[in-house]
Amino acid sequence: MSTQDDKAKEVSADGAAGPIILFFILGLAASLVFGWIIFPKLLYSQKKQPIDFNHVLHVEAVEEGCESCHFFREDGSFSGIPKLEQCVDCHEEPQGEDPNEIKFVEDYVANGREVPWLVYARQPDCVFFSHAAHVKKGEMDCGTCHGHIGESEHSRVYEENRITGYSRDIWGKNISGLKKHTWERMKMDDCAECHTTKEIKTDVETLPWPINWLPRPYEKQTGNQARVKTVKEACFVCHK
Amino acid sequence: MKIGRRSFLSFVIGGAAGTAITPLPWKLMDDSSIWSQNWPWTPVPPDGEYSQSNSVCTLCPGGCGITVRKVDDRVVKIEGMKGHPVNDGGLCLMGLSGLQLLYGPTRVKTPLKRVGKRGEGKWEKISWDEAISEVAKKLADIRSNGGSHTVGSIVDSENGTVPNLFKRFLTTYGSPNFMTMPSIQDSYAMTLQVMQGVSAQVGFDAENADFILSFGSGIIDGWGSPVRMFKANSAWKANGKKVVQIEPRLSNTAAKSDKWIPINPGTEAALALGLANIIISNSLDSKKISQSTGFDSFKKLVQNEYGTDKVSKITGINSATIVSLAKNFARASKPLAICGKGQGSIPGSLNEFMAVHALNALVGNINKEGGVWAVTDTEYINWPKPEMDSIAENGMQKERIDGAGSEYPHTKSLLNRLAEVINSGDGSLEALFVSGANPLYSMPGSKAIKNAFDNIPFIVSFSSYMDETASNADLILPNHVYLERYEDVTTPAGLSKPIVGLTRPVVKPQFNTKHVGDVVMLIAKALGGGMADAFSWESYEACLKETLGVKWDILVEKGFEFNGDKCVLEGDFNFYPDAMKSLSDFSPVSIEGSAISYPLLLIPYDTIRLANGYIGDPPFAIKTVEDTVLKGKNSCVEINPKTGKELGLTEGRYASLLTPRGKAKVKVHLYEGIMPGIVALPRGLGHTAYDNYLAGKGCNFNELIGSTEDPVSGFDEAWGIRARLTKV
Repeated sequence: MSTQDDKAKEVSADGAAGPIILFFILGLAASLVFGWIIFPKLLYSQKKQPIDFNHVLHVEAVEEGCESCHFFREDGSFSGIPKLEQCVDCHEEPQGEDPNEIKFVEDYVANGREVPWLVYARQPDCVFFSHAAHVKKGEMDCGTCHGHIGESEHSRVYEENRITGYSRDIWGKNISGLKKHTWERMKMDDCAECHTTKEIKTDVETLPWPINWLPRPYEKQTGNQARVKTVKEACFVCHK
Repeated sequence: MKIGRRSFLSFVIGGAAGTAITPLPWKLMDDSSIWSQNWPWTPVPPDGEYSQSNSVCTLCPGGCGITVRKVDDRVVKIEGMKGHPVNDGGLCLMGLSGLQLLYGPTRVKTPLKRVGKRGEGKWEKISWDEAISEVAKKLADIRSNGGSHTVGSIVDSENGTVPNLFKRFLTTYGSPNFMTMPSIQDSYAMTLQVMQGVSAQVGFDAENADFILSFGSGIIDGWGSPVRMFKANSAWKANGKKVVQIEPRLSNTAAKSDKWIPINPGTEAALALGLANIIISNSLDSKKISQSTGFDSFKKLVQNEYGTDKVSKITGINSATIVSLAKNFARASKPLAICGKGQGSIPGSLNEFMAVHALNALVGNINKEGGVWAVTDTEYINWPKPEMDSIAENGMQKERIDGAGSEYPHTKSLLNRLAEVINSGDGSLEALFVSGANPLYSMPGSKAIKNAFDNIPFIVSFSSYMDETASNADLILPNHVYLERYEDVTTPAGLSKPIVGLTRPVVKPQFNTKHVGDVVMLIAKALGGGMADAFSWESYEACLKETLGVKWDILVEKGFEFNGDKCVLEGDFNFYPDAMKSLSDFSPVSIEGSAISYPLLLIPYDTIRLANGYIGDPPFAIKTVEDTVLKGKNSCVEINPKTGKELGLTEGRYASLLTPRGKAKVKVHLYEGIMPGIVALPRGLGHTAYDNYLAGKGCNFNELIGSTEDPVSGFDEAWGIRARLTKV
């Protein structure tokens, strides 16, 4: 009774193996193309900054480098992107013929309207980040996180994640999440690179020896002690 | 090649396998988690530059220094100012909620003119020019018809430049009817006047006292300068000082005191005199003071009329308790007796104030460390005397509508009498200005006040908020709120060191409002003539700057300035002024209503969580009120379980509370901490105006009570009223 059915199965098994493998490969290839190439294009929208900003030109014109415009306020908080108030010091009138410059003065300076800059490094609101702790205390360079932005002549395209609304700079240009330089990615794991490995940073002064009753070498702490490596239960240091 | 179901499945499996080795699932998982934290309805305050400004809180007469934290131009937090002599970093619930008064829904955003019936809530937005010319036109008409004395104003206090601008305005206009909101400061000032012969404010060196005898003062319920009193109370606790609280109800203050002594309400003066008797009889009084004027008469009075057994009978406190209290008080090294019930919004019986003041004098603590001080307010307002035309001269000769200065010669203002005078037809007002006050809600007998206001044809409110008085006005000329304006703040209630503080704008005005000082000047200028000359300042700010003189710079930098010790007034103490003669035959403070139809006594109580003056509770504050005070939309009355049993009322039952003045539906809360036969109702609820967070919650105590005149001062002494409580 069952011979006919068995035969049919065998036949189909032999004949279909080729297409099955082929379709498996096709599916695999299609998804790889979609996941690696099409998906990033769909995920991010391309936005232009309201004004094309030339960092090089400005760095040449100012005296104190990055801190001329991106400074620490008296209370230690960081000013971030300059407000119109600072720009107006020089840009009360258009400086030169550049159409961007004219647009800036006419649209923003003249109306007293803040420029709605798109912030590449903006983190979600729940992330607490102190520039003072990293730059002043930790003596880190701006470039460690922000790269060579000071050497740019034009504003890059701002790629906005359509789901989260944050810049592509946070995840990194590379969709796989891999990076070559410290400034290419700004996720928690990137913070953790220092915060899980580096121990304590303390300013010390080595005292002249001998001091009879002290074991050698003796170091006296001169500055405040800062723990870089985050301990257990330290989540709320950064996540407010 | 056959493409079938298997091929399709194979394609899908291949796709799934491929997808797993692309970043897609991992990236989407990460993004969706971030997305879920950033939904648009999750409020995210914009970041900006942080800054802090120092100012002074004016929500109550406490005068606390505040530090306002801002992000760019947005106020985000109000904190107590560190190092301020009043509150040194502390702040009360109202002060903390001040932001909701700045940004909240209850503000009047532009000048408004009534278009519907009064209180109907129909308004037309008008410009400032229109508003000012309308007021000026009305006033000019009244003045030219010879009615200048029928214009009156009600302001929060008589101190500071803004009240004085109103006073100057009325003087040059020709009206003596400058009225202020009453408080215990009035009674204390009069006590100092009759017993020490000085015109001064009272100050208490509370921090240095070591035995505090409080006759119902809500030390931690908002009496005096609230934050200062919290701090003093905490310091007493920490240093083992004694606090004895005398009142019929176990209030928060009583609960935190070392000893609570319940007393028959209205008999506090008898207790004070009874204590004085024991102190004198046991020679525990300060020897120096016995040389004072009237001491012998006073001694005779207390010995003849206030024997311990008699006082025990009057007050309901047993004799042994009275004796030991008197001895402990007199033997303490820095005893201090204070009075003025609850938050001190009702002036109270002058007899009680005089008796308590005599008690302080007996133990020798007048103008002494840890004692009671007579301080003059900072007298920096030295404006040139205005030129007055004949209308102004004539108007100022007229008697005040409230009888202050004539029927009651020593009193400056008797707002509590206004309603009755108008309602009985003995006097009338053609126009009324109200600034920094909400008399339609916060004056006892608010229903009678409402009737009286209905008989005043033109009412102008300067309120920043849509309060009860503003919503019943004809015109609202909204003032900036305290975080948007300059104003001087005189010595806070009960502070023994005179200081002056400066409230200043920490943010730009949020709406189309104007400083009340500027508006008064603009109206005067619109009226022209001598009135315009009397207000020659360019603006209120210029006036304030000129008035404060050298103090201005110090105040701008520091926020406050001490006025030194020069302001302490010595005076000969008179133990037995004429005003005290009525005490030779003691009768408790009078209460309205018959004991037969109204078997219970209704008394109010105050809590720090409920504001009951000009400011209503902000949304944040009203949320902190316990459900034994406000349950749903109903106020709770406190009665003793014994009373509850007699009336057949159980916990949580609805009941009808009836007094000779009004009726309210309440919920019953059985409370062991109240004497049987007494009903207690919280003040500060039952608003009909402000916003939806406050209006319609509970009932207003002031609608259930009337005003009772003190026979000596004319002040309102009503601490309670007869009442009936029935099941519903």
